[in-house]
Amino acid sequence: MNPLDWTIAEALDALAARRISAVELTEAHLSAISALNPRLNAFITETPELARAQAQEADAARAAGAAPKLSGIPLAIKDLFCTEGVRTTAGSKILDPFIPPYDSTVTAQLKAAGAITLGKANLDEFAMGSSNITSAYGQVENPWQRADGKPLAPGGSSGGSAAAVAARIAMGATGTDTGGSIRQPAAFTGIAGIKPTYGRCSRFGIVAFASSLDQAGPMARSTEDCAILLDAMSGFDPRDSTSAERAVPDFRAACARGVKGLRIGIPAEYRVDGMDPTIEKLWQAGIEWLQSAGATIVDISLPHTKFGLPVYYIVAPAEASSNLARYDGVRFGARVDGEDLIDLYERTRAAGFGAEVKRRIMIGTYVLSAGYYDAYYLRAQKIRALILHDFHTAFAQTTGVDAILTPTAPSAAFALGEKMDDPVTMYLNDVFTVPASLAGVPAMSIPAGLDQNGLPLGLQVIGRHFDEETVFAVAGALEAAAGFSALPALRGSALR
Amino acid sequence: MSYFLTGKTGPWEIVVGLEVHAQVISRSKLFSGAATEFGAEPNSQVSFVDAGFPGMLPVLNRECVAQAVRTGLGLNAKINLVSRFDRKNYFYADLPQGYQISQFEHPIIGTGAIDIELDSGEIRTIGITRLHLEQDAGKSMHDQHPDKSLIDLNRSGVALMEIVSEPDMRSPEEAGAYLRKLRMILRYLGTCDGNMDEGSMRADVNVSVRKAGEAFRTRCEVKNVNSIRFVMQAIEAEALRQIDVWEAGAIVQQETRLFDPARGETRSMRSKEDAHDYRYFPEPDLLPLVLDQAWIEALRAELPELPDAKRARLIRDYGLTPYESAIFVQEQATADFFETVAQGRDAKQVANWMLGDFFAGLNRTGKTIETSPVSADDLGALLDLMTDATINGKIAKEVLEIMVDTGEKPAAIVESRGLRQVTDTGAIDAAIDQVIAANPDKLGEYQSGKEKLFGFFVGQVMKAMQGKGNPALVNAALKAKIG
Repeated sequence: MNPLDWTIAEALDALAARRISAVELTEAHLSAISALNPRLNAFITETPELARAQAQEADAARAAGAAPKLSGIPLAIKDLFCTEGVRTTAGSKILDPFIPPYDSTVTAQLKAAGAITLGKANLDEFAMGSSNITSAYGQVENPWQRADGKPLAPGGSSGGSAAAVAARIAMGATGTDTGGSIRQPAAFTGIAGIKPTYGRCSRFGIVAFASSLDQAGPMARSTEDCAILLDAMSGFDPRDSTSAERAVPDFRAACARGVKGLRIGIPAEYRVDGMDPTIEKLWQAGIEWLQSAGATIVDISLPHTKFGLPVYYIVAPAEASSNLARYDGVRFGARVDGEDLIDLYERTRAAGFGAEVKRRIMIGTYVLSAGYYDAYYLRAQKIRALILHDFHTAFAQTTGVDAILTPTAPSAAFALGEKMDDPVTMYLNDVFTVPASLAGVPAMSIPAGLDQNGLPLGLQVIGRHFDEETVFAVAGALEAAAGFSALPALRGSALR
Repeated sequence: MSYFLTGKTGPWEIVVGLEVHAQVISRSKLFSGAATEFGAEPNSQVSFVDAGFPGMLPVLNRECVAQAVRTGLGLNAKINLVSRFDRKNYFYADLPQGYQISQFEHPIIGTGAIDIELDSGEIRTIGITRLHLEQDAGKSMHDQHPDKSLIDLNRSGVALMEIVSEPDMRSPEEAGAYLRKLRMILRYLGTCDGNMDEGSMRADVNVSVRKAGEAFRTRCEVKNVNSIRFVMQAIEAEALRQIDVWEAGAIVQQETRLFDPARGETRSMRSKEDAHDYRYFPEPDLLPLVLDQAWIEALRAELPELPDAKRARLIRDYGLTPYESAIFVQEQATADFFETVAQGRDAKQVANWMLGDFFAGLNRTGKTIETSPVSADDLGALLDLMTDATINGKIAKEVLEIMVDTGEKPAAIVESRGLRQVTDTGAIDAAIDQVIAANPDKLGEYQSGKEKLFGFFVGQVMKAMQGKGNPALVNAALKAKIG
C-alpha cells in the first residue's frame, strides 16, 4: 500500500515499527504536493524546509525513544491559524504580508506533539464561504471529478484542508468551523471532520471570524484519525477565556465503542423540501446501519431549525464586522495611503477585502446599528437561545437521545462557477450544519456514500456538549457499516 | 445657600453630572499582561493583545476587577454579582482593535452615593449612577512630525473605571467638592492615584441650566477636562453660554463640546447628528463576569478606613476640631503621620505643631508629607524634649526648622548646638542680676506699679540666656528678685 494512502493510525504504527521514517513520509507528501498543488491550489504557502527539519527532529526523537503522540505525521494547517515565522493570510490580501511572531495554541500543541507542518491550506477569505472561491489566493479544486469533467468546488471554508487530505497530499489537516466550514468540505471531498464542542479547542491565535461560533477541529480520512488529531488539538487554554476547563477524554478509544443501547434522534425538520433523493436515501441507510448495530432510532423535533440560517447570517456577520475592524492598514498587513486617516481606512479596506467579506461587514454593521439592533441582532440572539433549547430538550438526560443523525449538506460538491451568482443560494449549503454551530454542540461529518455522479456524500452526527466520545462512537459505527472506500481521481497515491 | 447665575431674564439654576474616568492602579492591563507604568518609552509596554494583532484574545485581569469592587464598596454602591463586557465599535488610529471593550448594559457596580462638604459646612449627598470597567485607548501625537501622526500604545488596554454621577450638582463648587472627595476616596482605596495632570483621572462634564422648579433642559457634554479648576471653570462658561442661547430665544442643542482653558470658553466638538453609532454588542471573547459574594466580603474586610470614618474618629478619639480633622484626612499619609505622633502624646499639641510650624516648614522647602525629611518619630521626639523640659517652645521652633532643613534628629541638634534649656538657678540669677543692673529706670517704673513691665524683664532675661532659660524657673526667680 502506498504510504500516502495510509491513515494516521496506520502511519503511526509504521513509524513506530521503523517501517518508514518521518523524513521518508514527509518527502513522499512534499513530492505529491509539488505534483498536485499547482492544479488543486490546496496550499497557499508551502513550507517544505520547515517540514523537513521537523521530520528530522521527529526521527531523532523516535530514535531516542521520546517520540510524542503525533511524531512524524504530515499535516496541512488551515491558513487561519497563526504560525510563528510562517506567513498567515486568512485567505485575504489585507493581511499580506503578515508573518506572525506567535503560534496559535492549536498549532503549538500539534507541533509539540511532533506533527510535521507541510504548509498553510487555502480557505475562503476570513473563512467566509462554502466553496473556497472567496479566497484571494485563488479557488481550490476538489480532487473528485464528475463525468462532465467540470472542476468542482471542495466546499468551504476549509476547502484547502479538505482537498489536501482527500488528495493524499496531507494525512490530516486543521480546519475551523463557524457554520459548517469543517463538515461541509469534509462531505464534499469524502473525508471525515469534526467540529468539537465550542470551547474544546483554544481560539487563541486563530484569526477570528465570528468569535461565539468559531471552533477549530481536525479533518482526516477516518474517524479514528480525527480522534487522534483532536486529542492533540484540544484542552483548556488560559489565553482563551471561552475555552473549557475540562479534562480531554480518550477520543480514540471512543471510536470503537459501538452504538449498542444508544438512542439516535432523527429530526423531522431536517427533511427539507426538494431534498436530493440520493441524500434522503443515504440518510435512511445510515438509520438502518445504526439500527443493525444495536441503536434505537427515535423521531425527534428541533422546532427552531428553520431559523438557523437567518440567525446565523445575523450573528456571524455582526461579530465579523467588529472582528475585522482591526484590519485597517495601521499596524500590520497591507496599507493603501490616503489623504487622511479616514481615507487611508477606506482605501486600505476597499483594496484589501473581497466582495463576500465586504458584504458580511456591511450586513453585520447594519444589524448592530442604532435602530436595527433590537429587530435583528437582539432577536437573533433570542432565537439562538431557542435553538440551543431545542438541542437541550432533544438531549435531555433520561428521556432524550444520545446523538442525532442528519445529512451534512443538501447536495454533493457543485462545480466551480455554479451557485455563485446569488449569495443566498450559497448560504443554503450551511442549512444542516449551522444549528449545531449556534448551539455550540459537537458535530461530525463522515463520508457515507456516493451520489449518482460518483461524488461523495456525508452524514452528520451531532452530540451533547462535551460528549465528542459518543459522536466518535456513532461515527465509528457508521464508518464501519458504510465501508466507504471510493477514491478521488486526483490523488498523490495515483501519481505516475 | 443656593447658587444661581443671573441672566437677562433672571436667575438660572445649573445642573451638573460628571463622568469620571479613573485609571485603575494595577501592575498589568485590563486584558493583557503588559505593564502600566506611567512615563515609559513610547510603545514599550504593548502586548500583541493591546496592539490588536490577529487571533489575540482578551483575558480579564482579576486585580482590576478587585479594584473596581473595592471602589464600589468605597462609594457605598451596589456590587453586581453578574456583569458583562460589551464592544464599543469605532475606528481611530489609536484604537488598535477597532473597538473598545467596555461595559454598557450591565456594569460591575450599580448605584451608590458620596457625601460632599461645602465651604459653608453644608453636607450634600451626590448619587453615583454606576461604575464600569473599560480599556483605555492609545495616545495619538500630532505634533511630533510635520506630516505624520504618531501613536503610542502604552496606554492601550490600561484599565479605566468610568464613574458616572447623578445630575445632582448645582454649582461649580459642588462639582469641585465632588471631584476632590471622589479623588480622596480613590486614593484611600489605592484604586486610582487621581493624578489629573498625568491623565490618570479625567472628567466629562454634563451641564444644563434651568429656571427654578423646571424639569431638566437639554444638556451638553464637555469632554475630557483634566483639572478640578478647569472643571469648575468649564461649568460656569458652559452654563453662561447656554443661558445666552436660551435668552436669545434659541434652543440649546445636545452636543459634545471641548473646554478651552486659555479662552475660558467651550466650543462644539460634534453635534448629536454626527454622534458615533458605537454598535455596542456583548463581547463574545469574554464570558459574563460572575462574582462570588464571599470574595467581595473578603475585599470588604480588607478595606482601609475611609475619609469620613477617619475624620469622625479623629474628632472623637483625639478631640480634634472638624477643621483640624478635615485637613488631616485629606491625605491618608497625613492622618497616619498625625496618629503616629499623637500616640502617647498630647493630641491637641501634636495637631497644633503639625498644622503650624511643621506644615509651614514643608511648604517652605517644597516637601510633602511623603517626602518629609522629618519622620513622625522625629517630630514626636521633638515634642518630648519640650515635655521633659529639655528645651522650651521657642527653641523647639528653631530645632524643627533645622530638622526640616537637614533631616537631623532633634536630640542631636539640641546637643550639637547647645540648645538645652538652662535650669541652673545660679545661671538664671546671674542673668537676672545683669538685666536689673542694665535697666535701673525700668525697674523703678515696675516697682512703682507698672506691672506690665514684668514681661519685659522676662524677655530680657531670656535674651541674655540666648533663649535657653527654662521659662518657669526664670519667672519664679524674677518674681523672687523684683517682687
